[in-house]
Amino acid sequence: MSEHRKPNTEHRNWQPKIIAFLCNWCSYAGADLAGVSRIQYPPNIRVIRVPCSGRINPIFVLKCLQNGFDGVLVSGCYPGDCHYISGNYYARRKFAILKTLLEFIGIEPGRVQFSWVSAGEGEKFAQVVKKVTDDVKKLGPAKRFVKRV
Amino acid sequence: MSKVLKIDKNVHEGVRELLRSFLENKKVKGVFALKKINENGAVAYSLITNPNMVEAILPFFPFMPANAGKLLSHLTLTGSLKGPIAAVVRPCELRAFVELVKREQGSLENFLFISSSCGGVYSLEKSVNGDLSTDSELWSKYWDGVKNPENQMADVRPTCKACEHFLPYSADMTVLLLGNKAIDTECKISLNTDKGEKFADGAKGEFIEEEIENEALKLFRNKRIEEKKRLFAESQIEKFGMDGLIKTFGRCIGCHGCSNICPICYCNLCTFDSRDYEWEPSTYETEIEKRGGIRVPPNTVFYHIGRLTHVGISCVGCGLCSDVCPADIPLSTIFLKVGESVQKVFDYLPGKDVEEAIPLTTFETEELTEVED
Repeated sequence: MSEHRKPNTEHRNWQPKIIAFLCNWCSYAGADLAGVSRIQYPPNIRVIRVPCSGRINPIFVLKCLQNGFDGVLVSGCYPGDCHYISGNYYARRKFAILKTLLEFIGIEPGRVQFSWVSAGEGEKFAQVVKKVTDDVKKLGPAKRFVKRV
Repeated sequence: MSKVLKIDKNVHEGVRELLRSFLENKKVKGVFALKKINENGAVAYSLITNPNMVEAILPFFPFMPANAGKLLSHLTLTGSLKGPIAAVVRPCELRAFVELVKREQGSLENFLFISSSCGGVYSLEKSVNGDLSTDSELWSKYWDGVKNPENQMADVRPTCKACEHFLPYSADMTVLLLGNKAIDTECKISLNTDKGEKFADGAKGEFIEEEIENEALKLFRNKRIEEKKRLFAESQIEKFGMDGLIKTFGRCIGCHGCSNICPICYCNLCTFDSRDYEWEPSTYETEIEKRGGIRVPPNTVFYHIGRLTHVGISCVGCGLCSDVCPADIPLSTIFLKVGESVQKVFDYLPGKDVEEAIPLTTFETEELTEVED
């Protein structure tokens, strides 16, 4: 453990920072539905809306982890439901590669998660966010791949 | 059994004779191969059309000044060459070229590929300081190792020693070097395709039938698989984790030589050379505040991990990244390891078959459900 993370871990009320990449057509609408239905979910996520889960470059996820996020959620339409027909299938392949790489660089599997949420699933969206937040809380602050001074 | 052309000369002279006859009989327009450029043993890839220059060709000089796959991609980037070109390349270079063609960075058209069962190459360091020439000790040691699996190439690069893809996958002709004890007196060239047979037709020599995958090759393969295990175990790469990676990549001086030499890194504007990669002054300030100090340049670890995501799926393991690294980072070992595990997900071997799509450019509707939650 490097020194610069100590204040974080010692802080009893440490809250993880999680970034969520949500596809415009399904997951973002699902999040919206959760909001208008007043379903409660942990406020730890910061949402970035993307046109399609296929838009997500693995570099985005790595950059988030490098910049100090503790977890990353990637969410898109169910297989077969993609607004652009096949974007989420490509996303799944990219994610499979990324997962293998994350394993190698020693980032715990629970930190980066991939989930399908449709526009009608406000309830599921809340559950997914809760699960990701719980998983990341258990793992604690993320190690960052930055050089030690 | 494969059709084999046997020429009664040593391998170097045999291949030169074949190339000369191609040029003289106008079967090819040019020859692309390693050519001697001065007496110190320096060689460079050259494209030649004059049959008299064939004398200076050293087809299997154990040194890779660049990945020929990348060079061939430059030659055919905007369209295929008109005349047939005979290209003498190593198996990993051919695989790199095929991989680039899949990425629309070149054309396989009008090439006759002559490759070999490859004994590997010496490192850049050994080759450029003049120790390696055709009358040097390193040279005779190399050919000793090629003939005999027992003294398997003592000093060639670790990447080569651990390479099990020493037989080319899509070459028209394969010069049989590994395990062939008679390379000083005979030159055996296996004709793998109709194209190869057509070109060899009328060549001086005798046509025989022979099994390529012989006992000696099996021995080489086993040795190399063993060597790879040893390489991974010795570098403790499996146990690297984040701390190990930061320590290893922390040595990086940020020259980007590895991506410049990499045959798979073909982007004209690399994201890591672009403004996207730079930090805003405010980012520097936040980071200094959070961490009490930072190392500059800040992004070298991220650069390598990013490159692993970009290149991993197509890495052919040619080892040039390690060759050029001034900080002595074992890049090729890391890329080999990560490349293998990533390629295994899709059961993909880069550069094996030009018809097989790169996994990220295609998909199955029912697959990989284990990555979803």
